[in-house]
Amino acid sequence: MSRLEVNNLLEVKNLRVDLPVEAGTLHAVRGIDFHVERGEMLCLVGESGCGKSMTSLALMGLLPRKARLKADRLQFDGIDLTTLSERRRSDLRGARMSMIFQEPMTALNPAYTLGNQLCEGLIRHRGVSRQEARERAIYLLERVGISAARDRLDQYPHQLSGGLRQRVMIAMALMCEPDLIIADEPTTALDVTIQAQILRLLRELQQEFGTAVIFITHDLGVVARIADRVAVMYAGEVIESAPTPTLYANPGHPYTRGLLSCIPAPGKTPPGSRLQAIPGVVPSLVGHVEGCAFRNRCPQAQPICERTPPLMSLSGDHRARCHYADRPVSAPPQPETIS
Amino acid sequence: MGTFIVRRILIAMSVALTISIVSFMLLHLSGDLATSIAGPEATAEQVEQIRTDYGLDRPIVNQYLDWLGGALTFDFGRSYYYQSTVVDLIVDRMPITLTLGGLALALAISISIPLGVLAALKRDTWIDRLALLFAVVGQAMPSFWFGLTLIVVFAVTLQWLPAAGSDGWQHFVLPAIALGYYATPAMMRLTRTGMLEVLESDYIRTARAKGLRTGSVIFKHALRNAIIPVVALAAVELGFMLGGSVVIESVFSLNGLGQLAWDAISRNDYPVVQAVVLIIALFYIVLTLLADVANAALDPRIRTR
Repeated sequence: MSRLEVNNLLEVKNLRVDLPVEAGTLHAVRGIDFHVERGEMLCLVGESGCGKSMTSLALMGLLPRKARLKADRLQFDGIDLTTLSERRRSDLRGARMSMIFQEPMTALNPAYTLGNQLCEGLIRHRGVSRQEARERAIYLLERVGISAARDRLDQYPHQLSGGLRQRVMIAMALMCEPDLIIADEPTTALDVTIQAQILRLLRELQQEFGTAVIFITHDLGVVARIADRVAVMYAGEVIESAPTPTLYANPGHPYTRGLLSCIPAPGKTPPGSRLQAIPGVVPSLVGHVEGCAFRNRCPQAQPICERTPPLMSLSGDHRARCHYADRPVSAPPQPETIS
Repeated sequence: MGTFIVRRILIAMSVALTISIVSFMLLHLSGDLATSIAGPEATAEQVEQIRTDYGLDRPIVNQYLDWLGGALTFDFGRSYYYQSTVVDLIVDRMPITLTLGGLALALAISISIPLGVLAALKRDTWIDRLALLFAVVGQAMPSFWFGLTLIVVFAVTLQWLPAAGSDGWQHFVLPAIALGYYATPAMMRLTRTGMLEVLESDYIRTARAKGLRTGSVIFKHALRNAIIPVVALAAVELGFMLGGSVVIESVFSLNGLGQLAWDAISRNDYPVVQAVVLIIALFYIVLTLLADVANAALDPRIRTR
């Protein structure tokens, strides 16, 4: 696994996002490190409120106005994003990095045709003619599995189902052939059957176009398996990151193990048995957070967990933020077969 | 879109017919028309004479159908007071009211929409507060008082513009400002709220994620959606300004439709009253129709429903 930083498309070091709230300051993202290599799919997994969406908005430069961003390094293809002007940032957005949002029903402007909304980014960034942009839009709509693509261009968002709209959003994200696509829970709002189609489509397109993808999800069960690497977030931190097979086979952090044991396995989990759950709730991120954020819910918490654990390197690209990452107190759950 | 417009026109026509019936009946129920036309000093014979001369002795349905038959061919009879037909009177006065209303609306739109957008973009800053102050003053100030103030300042003291009359464009400046300011606050605040709501929406985030320029995000993606309710309000405001400009017309001595209606009511000039009521109702109906069509043009969800 190459860790030569020059090859990495995205480098994030000690990224922090603070949001002023009534009770003080909400530390939504608390110093996370990760990187994305060209053409790979990184999955960012975590519960709601763990900071994964804030991370994606920070990468895109779309944070809420009141949010404050700090980072030791936030580099996209060698470009320092922390010092980039808003104007230069908007030159990157949609052109070299684009985003697919969770809610396809509201993410498209109801007042304009699909063609208009698909084409405008390409026209803005590449200065192509409307006709050329339409041809590209038709090609991509067909590529994402939409029939009668030419006629669809003149339709409005409300004339399409949620699944179709999300396909349109994917096509829109691909219009300028970006190097990086950030997909923020793109399948969460969809029916399960549609979810599987969209997942497969994203994976295919990612491999076909060689686009790097950051896939954000709360679903460690199915969704995360399509990724090359997985980073698990908890309470604003990345608590474990590893290549996907390693993470499933040998989870290093008790939270990851907890998440994995929550997933019912067909044929293994007896019908009618109680599903596992991690007891307790995520701590408040308002104000200063000291020590391991998971210790209140952790089955193996020790006095040392009052101190902030270091990021331990377990093997190669496998890291976990736990004092016991390299010597689990309880036995890890049965490794599951990875397809 | 075609069937949509046809359906709306049919609805508008039935509304117009209903209004004409209701206003005709109300006028005849308001008292004995023959007595009020004849005046307090008339004898019983004179009243009876007027009743038969004006056809007021016939059944009310027949009277209405006669009037409707005339109205459909633009014949509203003769004025009891002026020596001319009702149509001539209206044609004479209408341009003044239309000019005033049109100017006032143009002024109101060109101030309220940019100001509303600006207030939304600069939310909670001094610009926003200043815009709010401007709106509150406009809503609180009676239009006749504002009109008089304008006259005192610009016509009497500075002598930049005439105070009364309707001979040239200069005569319309002050009344249009007075009437337009009255319509501005509601439209401005609706634009501001609409923009604030739309700017928070997911599709604006999508537009920004595409890297579109700020102008394109605000004007193409946000304003187009925020403006939809403002269009409907603008139509109502114009209807109000055409029908309700009586106050401003009398402050500035503009001989418009409002002034005509006011005079006709005080002189028991019923054919004129009846016709002006219908004309103003038709204004409202046509404007509502236009607002519906404009809304449908702006919002594809309406026209393809």
